[in-house]
Amino acid sequence: MQPFTTLHAVAAPMPDADIDTDIIFPARFLVLTQKAGLGPYAFYEKRFDEQGNERPDFVLHQPRWRGAAILVAGANFGCGSSREQAPWALADLGLRCIIAPGFGEIFQGNCLNNGILPISLPAREHALAMAAAQAGQALKVDLAAGFITLPQGTMIRFEIAERARQALLEGRDEIERIRQGAAALIAAFEAQQRLRQPWLYAETD
Amino acid sequence: MSQPQTLYDKLWTSHVVSEDRDENGDTTALIYIDRQMLHEVSSPQGFEGLRTRGLAVRRRQAQMAVADHAVPTRHRDRPIADPLARAQVALLERNTAASGLRYIPLNDARHGIVHVIGPEQGFTLPGITLVCGDSHTSTHGAFGALAFGIGASEIECVLATQTLRQRRARNLRVRVCGALQPGVAAKDLILSIIGRLGASGAVGHAIEFCGDTIERMAMAERMTVCNMSIEAGARSGLIAPDERTFAWLEGRPMAPRGALWEQALDHWRTLGSDDEAHFDRTLDIDATTLLPQVSWGTSPDQVLPIDGRVPDPAAATDKATARKIARALDYMGLVPGTPLQDVAIDVVFIGSCTNSRIEDLRAAAAQLRGRHKAERVRALVVPGSAQVARQAEAEGLDQLFIDAGFEWRAPGCSLCVAMNDDRLLPGERCASTSNRNFEGRQGIGARTHLVSPATAAASAIVGHLADPRTES
Repeated sequence: MQPFTTLHAVAAPMPDADIDTDIIFPARFLVLTQKAGLGPYAFYEKRFDEQGNERPDFVLHQPRWRGAAILVAGANFGCGSSREQAPWALADLGLRCIIAPGFGEIFQGNCLNNGILPISLPAREHALAMAAAQAGQALKVDLAAGFITLPQGTMIRFEIAERARQALLEGRDEIERIRQGAAALIAAFEAQQRLRQPWLYAETD
Repeated sequence: MSQPQTLYDKLWTSHVVSEDRDENGDTTALIYIDRQMLHEVSSPQGFEGLRTRGLAVRRRQAQMAVADHAVPTRHRDRPIADPLARAQVALLERNTAASGLRYIPLNDARHGIVHVIGPEQGFTLPGITLVCGDSHTSTHGAFGALAFGIGASEIECVLATQTLRQRRARNLRVRVCGALQPGVAAKDLILSIIGRLGASGAVGHAIEFCGDTIERMAMAERMTVCNMSIEAGARSGLIAPDERTFAWLEGRPMAPRGALWEQALDHWRTLGSDDEAHFDRTLDIDATTLLPQVSWGTSPDQVLPIDGRVPDPAAATDKATARKIARALDYMGLVPGTPLQDVAIDVVFIGSCTNSRIEDLRAAAAQLRGRHKAERVRALVVPGSAQVARQAEAEGLDQLFIDAGFEWRAPGCSLCVAMNDDRLLPGERCASTSNRNFEGRQGIGARTHLVSPATAAASAIVGHLADPRTES
């Protein structure tokens, strides 16, 4: 996973609440079985018309936000389906950080597993970030310090679970870490559970 | 004396492999995953990741795979026509065969939607942790299992390690008391609960549904309730297992037998929340006054009783709400103030992991008996599994639906998710027993109204959204 340390980039505004993962990655593209190169399908119905031409009014098609690496989104961004195609597609569009009042929980976890930083902000701080995005400004995000800096120098502190912060900073591979660090613990858990709940280990078919 | 615990606390605690506490009080833990269900859409990248790492599946017996999302619900005797869907299903077959995992083929007698067949086969059991790359995995919580949807990276992690690192949820209790009126279903109850909690109201929480209304519910109804927990933002919904749960599971193909069954029962009977257990929040619902519900917007919390009218953004209390309503009405093509029962529909869909069990089909059939769908309506019934289909056919329900002008299909996710052959055309309006009314969910530009099976059937008869209590 690509580490996330600091980011200084233009932020694009997407203020609507409840942008679900069906909007982010429409279901009909889920028959694709790869995880790379999904950017062209992100927000497809919002981005393209019936002929497949770009909709000029879509935020990321407007000159000041084209190539934005930060999205300032509305409440409950990424709610709905668990499809990891949503963060894969967003990452392929070049987005590395999403700022919202809150997220769909599965989506939030999927972002963390793909080097995308999801930042939840209280209403007042979120409004500041949204205003900066709407003005086409660039934000500085410093994950180690836990601050977003607005162009005028205003600093917004954000919270993130310590383990998630470390994992992003290091670009940590969770599976490898579990295998190296917890193999004995997992085996011990299974041995105990097999004694206490043997029906979970009965051969069935 | 140990601290009183909720059902969620017990399930969490009994699966912790290792735990650490954050400075701000959050608890994350590596938790053990007892069972994983796999389907064709969310698993390919996980298997690919495993291959890249050169790893094998750690615990083969703990997995069960089936194709349901991309599969057609017609012409199942032929190869899948869509080349991408055909390749996706074939890939699941190859991946499971190469890893030696249990796979249920498309035309197998056990085939069906993951969240229907897991319980049917007894793969789902009380007290376990169960995951699937599908947000409606919360369904299995109806059995007192800690069940939640996960992403593809997490699927790979479970295949490789049989564990996941998770943050401990807070406890939200939804206590429902009183008898539901005739014609009011479990679906109406959960839609109303989502409306009250809001689409993000339960984020970070596990919901335990309890109270005498829930206790009286059949397992199919409990599954409908838990299924839609995610639409309020909760990854897991839970119902304490009881004698009804145990009776339903006993003798299922993968359920424990003999002495193991007795031993399991002893454990399962300890799982309910303790009397003094702490809940972070409680929502109390009076079931007696509940009416059939229908969603009018593009989020499952945008829901009203069937006797309601399309809301007016101008009447909203704040700008954000007004904007949200206006955006939904624009997409839905609805005019504020219109009585919901005047809204004409083009399609009726009875199916999905929310409402495709035999009880759901019986409820729809009871509305339809001796009647016929309206001319303007296209209507389909998609049983949740081959087992449900066989039972329905044994009861003559398939013929009843066909006589009423419905199409009787083979099991699958069908019109719940527009990634197979069953899709709506732009602008088409559907009374649907599925779980999501998102923009584009049933097809590009398609308009979805979430309803119960009885309401869907009543609506099919008259060609507009209808109250099953007066249309029967």
